[in-house]
Amino acid sequence: MTGASPVNAGVLSKGRAPARRLRENAKATPWLFLAPYLTLFGGFVVFPAILGLWISLHRWDYTLPLKPFVGLDNYIGLFTPGSTTSSIFWQAMRATGIFTVASVPFLLAVPLAVALIMNAKFPGRNFFRAIYFAPYVLGVAVVAVLWRYLLDNNIGLVNYYLGQLGLPSDTTWLTSVPWVWVALVGVTVWWTLGFNAVIYLAALQDISPELYEAARVDGAGRWSQFVNVTLPGLRPILTFITINTFIASANMFGQSYLLTQGGPGRETRTAIYQIAETGLRNFQMGSAAAMSYILTLFLIGLSILVFWLFRERKGSSR
Amino acid sequence: MTATKTPTTPTPARVIPEHRRPSTAARVKSAVRLVALSLLALVFISPLVFMLVTSFKTRADATSVPPSWIPKEFTLQAYEAILGSVSTPVFTWFLNSITAAVLNSIIVVITASLAAYPLARMNFRGKNIVFGAIIATLLVPPVILVIPNYLIVSELGWLNSLVAVIVPTAAGAFGVFLMRQFFLSIPVELEEAARLDGANRFTTFVRIIVPLAKPALATLALLAFLTNWNDFLWPVYVLFSPDVQTLPAGLSTLQSANAVRYDLLMAGAVIASAPVLLLFVALQRFIVEGVSQSGIKG
Repeated sequence: MTGASPVNAGVLSKGRAPARRLRENAKATPWLFLAPYLTLFGGFVVFPAILGLWISLHRWDYTLPLKPFVGLDNYIGLFTPGSTTSSIFWQAMRATGIFTVASVPFLLAVPLAVALIMNAKFPGRNFFRAIYFAPYVLGVAVVAVLWRYLLDNNIGLVNYYLGQLGLPSDTTWLTSVPWVWVALVGVTVWWTLGFNAVIYLAALQDISPELYEAARVDGAGRWSQFVNVTLPGLRPILTFITINTFIASANMFGQSYLLTQGGPGRETRTAIYQIAETGLRNFQMGSAAAMSYILTLFLIGLSILVFWLFRERKGSSR
Repeated sequence: MTATKTPTTPTPARVIPEHRRPSTAARVKSAVRLVALSLLALVFISPLVFMLVTSFKTRADATSVPPSWIPKEFTLQAYEAILGSVSTPVFTWFLNSITAAVLNSIIVVITASLAAYPLARMNFRGKNIVFGAIIATLLVPPVILVIPNYLIVSELGWLNSLVAVIVPTAAGAFGVFLMRQFFLSIPVELEEAARLDGANRFTTFVRIIVPLAKPALATLALLAFLTNWNDFLWPVYVLFSPDVQTLPAGLSTLQSANAVRYDLLMAGAVIASAPVLLLFVALQRFIVEGVSQSGIKG
C-alpha cells in the first residue's frame, strides 16, 4: 500500500489525536483497500446493470452485426396484447407468479414450525438441525436430477410408497397440471427448508425467556404466547425472511429447467427461464433485457410492499 | 451444543421449576417431539440415501419395482461408465468444479475482506455512497445482470472458459457485508495499539485484523465455495463444450444424454454432492452460523 504508510510523528503524544491525524494523512488508503473489489463490482455489477438498460433499447441480436436502436419498442412489444413476445413473456410471468404464490406460504410456515419444535434443549438437537439443513448445501442440479428419479411416475419411490399407503400410485408428477406445481413446490421445500429454519431458530433463541414467563403469569396459553410473544419477537427477522423467500421463489429456474423442462407445454416455464432462453439461446438480447427489467420492477415493488406491510403492523400492534 | 449461539438463554423450565417440573405430560411431549423430528429427519435424509444406494446398482436394478434399499448386486459400473465417458466427462467436470470454486472463493475472501476493512474502520469521503451502492445491489435481482454480463464475458473472450464462472460471480455484495459486520465487532483498541507502534494500515490489517477474523473468513470462504460449486443457470449458458463444464451444468448434459439411466444419473449426483456434504458434515458450525448471521441484517 504505497503512500499509505502513516508518518508516526505524533506517536509520543497521547491517545486518540494521533490516530485521527494518521487517518487524515492517508487519503488514498481506503481506496487502495477498496480497489480490487470495486473493480469487480464496477465491471460485473454496476456496468452491466446500465448496459442492460442500453441493450433493452435496441434490437440486439448477438449473432447479427447490426443492433439498431429501437427506443422503447422492446417494452412496448411486451405490453402489446397479441404480439408473440408478449404472450410468451406473460405466460412465463404467470408461471413465476403461480410458483411464488404456491411456494412462499409453505417456505415461511414449515420452517417456522420446525424451528419452534427445535427451540428447546433436548438430546440430538444439533443432529436434527444438521439433517434438515443438509439438502440446502446441495445444488439445484443435484436436487432436480435426484427428484426426477424419485418422482418418476412408473418406477419412482414417491408413487411406490403412495401406493403402499393405499393412495393413487400413478400420479404423473412431472408432466401434468396441477401435479407439476405440487412437485416443484414440494421439492423446493425439501431443498431449502433448512435455510429459513436456521434463521428462525437463531431469532427464536434471542427472544428473552422472561417475556414468555410474564405471558404465562398473565395466564396466556400456548397460542396466545405465540401470537403475543413469539411473532412480535420474530418481526424484524420475518421481514428479511419474507422478502428473501419471495425473491428466491420469483427467481426459480433450475427446478423447472431440469424437472419439467418448463412443461407440460409452457406451464412451468418461469420468467427467469424465458429470459435466459430468449436472450442466451435465441440471442434476442434486447427483448430479454427488457423482460428482465420488467421482472425486476415487479420484484422491487413486491419487496417494498412486504416491507411496508411489516412496518405498518409494527406500529399498530403494540 | 457447540453450535448454538450463546448460552444466555436457559429454557423457561429451568428458570421456574416450581411451575413446570418434568411431569408425565412433559415427558409425553418430549417423546412426541422426538418421534415427529425423527419422522421428518427420515423424509429429509432418505432421498440422499437412496441416491447413494442407486449409484451402486446395475442399470436394471435402478429401475426395478418395488425399489430396493440394498443393491441386488453391488457394482461400480455406473461410476466407471460416467468417469470414463468422452461425451460426458464427469471426472473433468469434477476438476473444473473444484478449480472454479476454490479460485472463486479465494478471490471473494481477499477482495471482500480488503473492501470491508475501510468501510468498517476508516472515515473518508464517499464512504457512505460506496457502501450504500454495494448494499443496494443485495436487493437487485441477479437476473438483470445475466444478459449484459454474457456480452461482457464474451467481449473479454471468456465465453466457454472456466474464467467465466470464476471472476464475474466474485462481485457479489454479500461477502463485503458479512466481513464489514465482523470487523465492526473487533475492538478498535487492538489495532490502534499496533498503529501507534508505527504499523501502517495494511500491516495492521494483515497482522491484527486477519488473524482475529479467521472464523468469519472461513465462513465466507465456505459459503463462496458452496455457492460457486452449486451455481447452475450461469454455467449452463456460458459453458457449452463438455470439457469445460462444471458439475451442475454437466449433470444437465448427463440428464439429456441418459434420460432414464438412473444408475448413471445418481452416480453423477453423488459425485456432485459428496464434496459439499462432506464439507458440511466437517464444518457444519461455520456454515450454519454463517447462514444465521445472514439474517441479522433484517
